[in-house]
Amino acid sequence: MDNFEPKIVAFCCNWCSYAGADLAGTSRMQYPSAIRIIRVMCSGRVSPFLVLKALSVGADGVLILGCHPGDCHYIEGNYKTLRRIPLLKKMLKQFGIEEERVRLEWVSASEGAKFAEVTSNFTQAIKNLGPSSLGPSKQNSQEARHG
Amino acid sequence: MAKLKIALYWAASCGGCDIATLAIGEKILKLAEAADIVFWPVGIDFKYADVEKMPDKSIDACLFNGAIRTSENEHIAKLLRAKSKIMIAYGSCAYEGCIPGLSNFYNRQMTFECVYIETPSTDNPEKIFPQTKVKVPEGELEIPEFYDTVKTLAQTVDVDYFVPGCPPEEKTTWLALEALIEGKLPPKGTVISHSIKAVCDECPRKKEEKRIKKFYRPYEIIPDPEKCLLEQGLLCYGIATRGGCGALCPQANMPCTGCYGPVEGVVDQGAHFLSALSSIIDSNDPEEIQRIIEDIPDPAGTFYRYSLPDSLLRRARIK
Repeated sequence: MDNFEPKIVAFCCNWCSYAGADLAGTSRMQYPSAIRIIRVMCSGRVSPFLVLKALSVGADGVLILGCHPGDCHYIEGNYKTLRRIPLLKKMLKQFGIEEERVRLEWVSASEGAKFAEVTSNFTQAIKNLGPSSLGPSKQNSQEARHG
Repeated sequence: MAKLKIALYWAASCGGCDIATLAIGEKILKLAEAADIVFWPVGIDFKYADVEKMPDKSIDACLFNGAIRTSENEHIAKLLRAKSKIMIAYGSCAYEGCIPGLSNFYNRQMTFECVYIETPSTDNPEKIFPQTKVKVPEGELEIPEFYDTVKTLAQTVDVDYFVPGCPPEEKTTWLALEALIEGKLPPKGTVISHSIKAVCDECPRKKEEKRIKKFYRPYEIIPDPEKCLLEQGLLCYGIATRGGCGALCPQANMPCTGCYGPVEGVVDQGAHFLSALSSIIDSNDPEEIQRIIEDIPDPAGTFYRYSLPDSLLRRARIK
C-alpha cells in the first residue's frame, strides 16, 4: 500500500477556491499531484450526482471546495452544498463507502496556503484509507465475485 | 393485416405488472383484435420449449416485466430477445430494478440468511440453503442459480422501449400498446409515458416556497389536503420523478415514492432527489442540518427505492 497513489477529484468554485488554487500555484506552494481540479462556477453546482459519478468511475476521494459561508458569489450556492454533503455522506455509508472519501471545505481566493494544506491533508487521509472499492474494473470484479 | 404476435413474461417481480396489463379494461378487446398472445406464463399454458422452437424474430413484441435475479430470468430474457422484434421493459422492475433491486444493499449470502434462517416463521435447524444441483434417488435435480446482484433488463439484453411504473398506470400501458398496434412507435430507447416532466407538473396541490425545518414520515402527521406535501415535510418524490401517472398518490394524501423513474434526460434518480431535497433544508447551521437529516432514517433505501440496480453505484459494497 506504500506506493498507492490516489486519484482525487477536487471541484473548485470559480470565484474563491479556484482562485485560491491559482494563488497556491503562483506562490509556488506545493500540493499533491493526486489532485485533479475541476472548475465549476459554484460549489452549489456540484450535485451529489457529480460526486457519485466521480466515485463510480474510480476516484478514491472527492473534495468540494467553495467560498466561505456568507461569501458566495451567488449569495447562497454554498449553503445548498453545506446542506447536501451531510445527507450524501449518510447515504454513502449505507452503500458501504467510507464517508471520509468525500470532504467539503471552504477556501477563499486569498487562501492559497489553506488550499495547499487542505489538499495535502485530504490526500494523506485517502492514502490512509487505501484504494476505493469502486471504479469500472473493481465494480465488475465485485459483481463477478458475487455472481 | 396479419395479427401481431405478443409475448408477456415475468422475471423477478411481484405479479403486479401482469395484473396491470389487464387493468386496461375493455381495451383488452381491441388488443385481442389486433394481436395474438403467444407466450404468457401467468395466463396461458405455454412451455419454455415452445418458445425455443419459434423462429428468431417471430414474436412482434415482448412485454417483459421483472428484474434479472436468477439464471432462469437471464436465460429467458436472452431467449425472448432473440425471438422478439421489439423488447419492451414493462414496469419498474424491468426498467430500473425496483423493489427486488433493493437486495443490492446486501449479497446473496445475507439474503439467504434472512430468508432461510432469520425470519420468525422459518424453522430450519439444519440451515439448509437452496443448492443449484442436488442428487436424489431418481437422479440429479437442478434449480436456477440465485445471483448476488439484481440487474435491470437493459443491463442484460438490448431493450427497445421502457414503460415506467410500479405498476404502470392503465393509460401508460395503453399508450405503449396503442403505439404498437397502430405501428406508430417512438424512437428506440424512449421511456413511454404521457409526460417527460416531473410529477409536480400534474399535481394540483398548491406550491409555495419550499423550506423545511423537520421531515416527517407519513404516519406522523395528517397532511393538509391542499398544500404541497413536500412543503409539509413529507418526503414526496414528485420533484424528481417522471409524470404521466396523473399524480395519483399525492392526490390521495400520500407522498410520491418515485415509481415512474427519473424525468427525461436524468441519470440516477436518487442522487437528484437527494440534491433537491437537501437543498431546501431551512438552516445554515451545520449542527441543525445534521439534526434535520436525522429525520430521514434510511436515505439510500428512500432515494433508490425503485432504481438501485439502474443507479451509478448499482449496489452496496459488502466488506
